[in-house]
Amino acid sequence: MFEIENTNIFTRAQVHGPADYGTPLPRGSFDRTGPVLKSYWLGKIGDAQIGPIYLGYYGIASLLTGFIAIQIIGLNMWASVGWDPVEFVRLLPWLALEPPPPEYGLSLPPLNEGGWWIWAGFFLTASIFLWWMRVYTRARALGLGTHVAWAFAAAIWLYLVLGFIRPIAMGSWSEAVPFGIFPHLDWTAAFSIRYGNLFYNPFHMLSIAFLYGSVLLFAMHGGTVMATSQYGAEREIEQAYDRGTGFERGGLFWRWTMGFCANSESIHRWAWWFAVLTPLTGGIGILLTGTVVDNWYLWGIQHGLVPPYPDTGVIDPALIAPQGGGQ
Amino acid sequence: MKIIAWFIAFIALILTGFMLLTAGWERPPIETVQSGYRGTGMAEIINPRVDPVRLEEQLAQVPTATPRAPDGPGPRAGDIYQNVEVLGDLSVANFNRVMQAMTEWIYPEVGCAGCHNLNNLADESVYAKGVSRRMIQMTQTINSQWENHVAETGVTCYTCHRGMAVPQYTWFNADSDVYSADGFAGWRNGQNRPAEAAGLSSLPEEPFSDLIENDGEVRVGGTTALPYTGVEGASIKDTEWTYSLMMHMSTSLDVNCTYCHNSRSFGSWESSSPARVTAWHGINMAQSINTEYVSSVSSMLPPHRLGPTGEGRKVNCTTCHQGVAKPLGGLAMAKDYPSLQSPSGGSQAAVETAEASEALAAVSLNETVEDDEPAEL
Repeated sequence: MFEIENTNIFTRAQVHGPADYGTPLPRGSFDRTGPVLKSYWLGKIGDAQIGPIYLGYYGIASLLTGFIAIQIIGLNMWASVGWDPVEFVRLLPWLALEPPPPEYGLSLPPLNEGGWWIWAGFFLTASIFLWWMRVYTRARALGLGTHVAWAFAAAIWLYLVLGFIRPIAMGSWSEAVPFGIFPHLDWTAAFSIRYGNLFYNPFHMLSIAFLYGSVLLFAMHGGTVMATSQYGAEREIEQAYDRGTGFERGGLFWRWTMGFCANSESIHRWAWWFAVLTPLTGGIGILLTGTVVDNWYLWGIQHGLVPPYPDTGVIDPALIAPQGGGQ
Repeated sequence: MKIIAWFIAFIALILTGFMLLTAGWERPPIETVQSGYRGTGMAEIINPRVDPVRLEEQLAQVPTATPRAPDGPGPRAGDIYQNVEVLGDLSVANFNRVMQAMTEWIYPEVGCAGCHNLNNLADESVYAKGVSRRMIQMTQTINSQWENHVAETGVTCYTCHRGMAVPQYTWFNADSDVYSADGFAGWRNGQNRPAEAAGLSSLPEEPFSDLIENDGEVRVGGTTALPYTGVEGASIKDTEWTYSLMMHMSTSLDVNCTYCHNSRSFGSWESSSPARVTAWHGINMAQSINTEYVSSVSSMLPPHRLGPTGEGRKVNCTTCHQGVAKPLGGLAMAKDYPSLQSPSGGSQAAVETAEASEALAAVSLNETVEDDEPAEL
């Protein structure tokens, strides 16, 4: 039919040998557990070896608190359709666990009016923090740097701003995001409409620039490595020391096309910073919204950010006619 | 190369399946008519295969008006018939002409019996008679006091009823118990269902009781660049209510946000189109007639006409607009019925002739010349 071997979708060479159990763990650690399997098909898209896995205290606690959070969210969604399993599945994208209404401010509302939302948020945050600890300690146990943990922390920052820091700054849990698929998207649109168009928020602009920049770098790096993999360029570290290697061809290609290129170390630094700065700047933009700036469009006008268009001559009718007056 | 062909075919297949299995897709070409400053995206989007057809189908069903009788000095309907509280100043011939028109507009099949006891037309036992009396007063109020929304076109019973006893597009007040799952869990704050009013989004399902019955605040956007202490701004939840109402308006009129707004700043009047002023009056009008007229007939209605809160149906934008920016394309049916144009329309009719009625129509036209309604709407 068609040739399975190609460099665009599947891994070309799989390693099938004795299982790799990793470096010895420090004293006092749990063991890495689970059977070590080899999977030909998973090996097509990733590493053929599955496991061993390390759970540890943080992992167990994270899974447990995460499970509680998902239960609170899911059961509230299910309750909102009267415990009908069919409706639960059918309407799932629309369902949500809503934060408390504005009248409760930062006080603890009744369970069924946002109290559940606060508990779900507590357990989800605990789960995320515990997972972060796990990422950090696992990196340390392997003798790695903690870059992945800090990149994850950047995402946690945005999550905390949306659901915790900004609502506290605004004095109301109702400002926070609901847990739900479509409802959190409606929240996002309403947030921008309420605060005068987030596109005029400079930190939103920065976040978008870093997001799109991340996509661009990802495509450039992934494309370059795949294009040079026929010369073994995916073995980057070995190749960083030598001239004329596959990876060096990739660098040559970019110097030809745009004069300057990353090297096999710096491309990952670029990518890491672009990725990390996306939620970092985004979180700052969200935190300033409503607390420091109430209408980004009007703020943009004051600061020469908004291009002027001709006035349409329309005047707010509420300034002319008393409301409800008819004439 | 083969794998790429397979890959493209696979993606095309997924997209086709997605298009076939999800709703709301319209094939190109779509016509756009620029309606605002270049670059702002302010344009009317017209599907030439759907939108004109919808209006044509609606217009094809409009009953033709019979000519008015010269309203001579003869006896008035109120003098001849009993229990005539509205339209009593009309001549008998013209009174019967309005009754006949209402039958065609509202009860084309049932006929007079829709509102009247056929053995005694003056009898008040049929609830629909009381309702229609109140609705005639509503029509007169709309035409005489809400010209900033209905302009010289005006409304008749047919604008909403379209040959049906109960207008097709109405709403019931949501039952707050069902609405918020009154119990231990599952509170949803009136949202998180495919909301028909709001384009099947998860926005609030019934924004109408708050915003076009009670005079809830539609305006939610910040009015100053910086927040001021002591000024309680709208919450994001309030914003979702407004958002839902705006989706309803957009669907009702079959227009985009940019029909009224420059979407870079929804709140700014100086960048909005004149249509937004008309719509603003429309929101006020809906609030007013829902409270003054439509709610007041709930007590007359039989149980099967009542919603979950024990109230009757109420009106929103779709009730009249029905997917057309100007109901019935701006067909001015009301001009043939001066008695529906104001509470005093009937008494004017006592002396007016057919010519005089044209003069009246001209006067009302002059009164609304300065209205903000844009000419192209």
